[in-house]
Amino acid sequence: MGVIAGCKLMVKGGFREDAAGILLILVIGIGLALFGAARAIDAPFAVQMWTMLTGFLLGAAAILYDFGKGPKADASSRYENGVVKAGVIASMFWGIAGLLVGVIIALQLSFPNIFYFTDHGWLNFGRLRPLHTSAVIFAFGGNVLIATSFYVVQRTCRARLAGGLWPWFVFWGYQLFIVLAATGYLMGVTQSREYAEPPWYTDLWLTLVWVVYLLVFLGTIWKRQEKHIYVANWFYLAFIVTIAMLHIVNNLAVPVSFAGSFSYSAFAGVQDALTQWWYGHNAVGFFLTAGFLAIMYYFIPKQADRPVYSYRLSIIHFWALIFLYIWAGPHHLHYTALPQWAQTLGATFSIMLWMPSWGGMINGLMTLSGAWDKLRTDPVLRMLVVSVAFYGMSTFEGPVMSIRAVNSLSHYTDWTIGHVHSGALGWVGFVSFGALYCLAPWLWKKKQVHSLALVDWHFWLATIGIVLYITSMWVAGIMQGLMWRAYNDLGFLEYSFVESVEAMHPYYIIRAVGGALYLIGALIMAYNLWRTATSKEPAHVRAADTPAAAVAAE
Amino acid sequence: MAEKIERDEVSGTDTTGHEWDGIKELDTPLPRWWLYVFYATIAASVIYWVLMPAWPLVNSYTPGLLNWSDRRNVAAEMQELRAARAPMFERLAAAGAADLANDPELQQFARAAGESVFGDNCQTCHGAGGAGAPGYPVLADDVWIWGGSMADIEHTLRVGIRSSHPETRISAMPAFGRDGLLTPQQIGDVTEYVISISAANARLQSDARAAGRGAQLYQEQCAACHGDTGAGDRTQGAPSLNDDVWLYGGSRAEIRRQIELGRAGVMPSWDHRFDAGTLRALAYYVHEMGGGEPDAPAVEPASGGTAPQGTVTPTSARAPAAPADAERIDAGQDRGGEANATR
Repeated sequence: MGVIAGCKLMVKGGFREDAAGILLILVIGIGLALFGAARAIDAPFAVQMWTMLTGFLLGAAAILYDFGKGPKADASSRYENGVVKAGVIASMFWGIAGLLVGVIIALQLSFPNIFYFTDHGWLNFGRLRPLHTSAVIFAFGGNVLIATSFYVVQRTCRARLAGGLWPWFVFWGYQLFIVLAATGYLMGVTQSREYAEPPWYTDLWLTLVWVVYLLVFLGTIWKRQEKHIYVANWFYLAFIVTIAMLHIVNNLAVPVSFAGSFSYSAFAGVQDALTQWWYGHNAVGFFLTAGFLAIMYYFIPKQADRPVYSYRLSIIHFWALIFLYIWAGPHHLHYTALPQWAQTLGATFSIMLWMPSWGGMINGLMTLSGAWDKLRTDPVLRMLVVSVAFYGMSTFEGPVMSIRAVNSLSHYTDWTIGHVHSGALGWVGFVSFGALYCLAPWLWKKKQVHSLALVDWHFWLATIGIVLYITSMWVAGIMQGLMWRAYNDLGFLEYSFVESVEAMHPYYIIRAVGGALYLIGALIMAYNLWRTATSKEPAHVRAADTPAAAVAAE
Repeated sequence: MAEKIERDEVSGTDTTGHEWDGIKELDTPLPRWWLYVFYATIAASVIYWVLMPAWPLVNSYTPGLLNWSDRRNVAAEMQELRAARAPMFERLAAAGAADLANDPELQQFARAAGESVFGDNCQTCHGAGGAGAPGYPVLADDVWIWGGSMADIEHTLRVGIRSSHPETRISAMPAFGRDGLLTPQQIGDVTEYVISISAANARLQSDARAAGRGAQLYQEQCAACHGDTGAGDRTQGAPSLNDDVWLYGGSRAEIRRQIELGRAGVMPSWDHRFDAGTLRALAYYVHEMGGGEPDAPAVEPASGGTAPQGTVTPTSARAPAAPADAERIDAGQDRGGEANATR
């Protein structure tokens, strides 16, 4: 019945391939999800199938509703902004959710006697930790990347986003992936691969969404009105293509049942570990580095109103980064069962990666030459520039930690956590915030963000938060490493593990305070963006908002 | 779009002539220092590859000029540590109580080894320094459930309590409330009686009438293990009720709750995890925490201690180093001592 009604509506609304294609996927999805829900062999799987079914039904209803409104005026003369707006909102939402969970688990580590919930296992560290990492990396970071890439590729190609409704499929499909992953973690559904915890069916769904994302992005580049492809788009493309490859290979698995959530990895033993860290490190390299460098390459020159420092540097550091990053994964497995030759390669390629990483930092910072004075007056630009500084710092720290001798001290300690967060909070967080502060007034057609003073507050709270976080973790991590390796004269360990845990207590509290400050900053930002979007001021139209004139002149 | 190369006024550098959405690019050459450091990292990596195991071949890998092998180095370090500790562990395993008492060097070694093993295996439950926690007995005081002599402690370590070891120490207190053996009223009465015969009476002040009713129940239900006067019985692992030391908490509600639930904790057997020397060191360390009792001469009743009924356990007669234990020295050390050394 629904199908017939859908067909009628489509005839009435005018057949559109994009909508028909999405509808087809959704109908197949509804069938599979119903089957899965009916035959489920474990309760979480049933819940996940019902979640999927709900998502698909809502999607199908939205498309049919859209048809019901009849044929649309040709929109190709305008950029597609709606999906970018949705991405900005989703980024802010997931960002706050992810940071909040981060603060909660930081408190659980600081005060386990208060924040350990005996009767609510789903609220404890083991479940919340992947929720935190996935929420900040994939939900927040992923939405920022998708939204900015959709915005940037249109402007730098002077072409409307390809694929009609497909970008919306990417957006909502990605949100469904997030919801499936997050609720799955809380129910204990995980394949225990760090940063790749979602189970096989969620992975398959993300694969589909990601391939569509790639096609939308490529399609837009294909119909560009510019001769050359802008550097930001190289980075976005490298990010999308490589993440697809990493995601597919690392998640190769055989489900125990097609009606259950559990699966076995296609790899075993140390090969499995190496595949995981090949994935894990390149998630850092291509998701958290390449993708966000693309953001930097558009938003910094735009906000500073200065030309990019060096075209040549951008070419050399791009290719060097892409080539070298993919080898660095084994440095996560120093002094393990991984053969030493593989550790050697992991360490040396990480060291060679230092300058290619810094090429991006140089290009970002030096783009400000002639505009440094703007840092005094423009807190958004300041945020973007400080992000690049943190990028430079953590891409120096990374190669240092990949040296085997250093790693023997730092591995398994909270130094690693500090390193990750100087990159995550300082680089990824700040460059994203900067981009969102730019995008909000651009998309909602306002002169500027609601309050620069609040941006200032956000900047300083978050900066102090980061400093507290990373310094406490440095001290704690190095202390931990030294305690673990201390021997007494008789050849026995000086400290027990529990003593090293006890010694972490004050630093864990400092870390939680730092994280809380960072969260407060993000809340201020959400308020500021909300006020920006809903302000009553008259629309402020930018010349670059319409590609039509330029296209006509071609 | 026509390419238009311009000169940037700030830097004096030409642009590339491309423009995207108002963004231009300068044609600045690569910073020299950047390029040279990049070359230096590549050179350093190549040198490292020549020296160390680096590139995979079909069936092997390039071993490097230094012929370095982590696996070999670790094995050698393990061997070295094992060799350094072995003589003392052997002396310890063979030592009787008297030997230990008169040998400060051996004592020092046993304390160091015991502390290390205790820290990573026992401390999680029994607390640093044996301070204990609810359900996990304090080891630093002189109150013992199964006996506090070196031999008793070592036997407890070997067989565990309610563990999977065939000779495990075991005692089972009924769950009088949960299993409906006594009514709530009766449990309240027994609680009052237990308080009345314990040193806790001073702070909790038992209800005399209820305690009177509970006395009869106590004799029927509890006295067989805990003794007529509540002195406890170490042969059965029945704690003394006369003192003010409580495994599951000493408030009125906590005492009552233990009678209701009869909770019985588990301590694993360490027999197969540690060799004889390590077990001896651990027993010595626990014994020296503050409440260790002197070893009883075999067969005769134990003297001293707080519990009048302190008795000989089957262990007292056990030879300190059984032959089977001696065979395990190597394997045991791998787990007990050397797992630590790999850090």
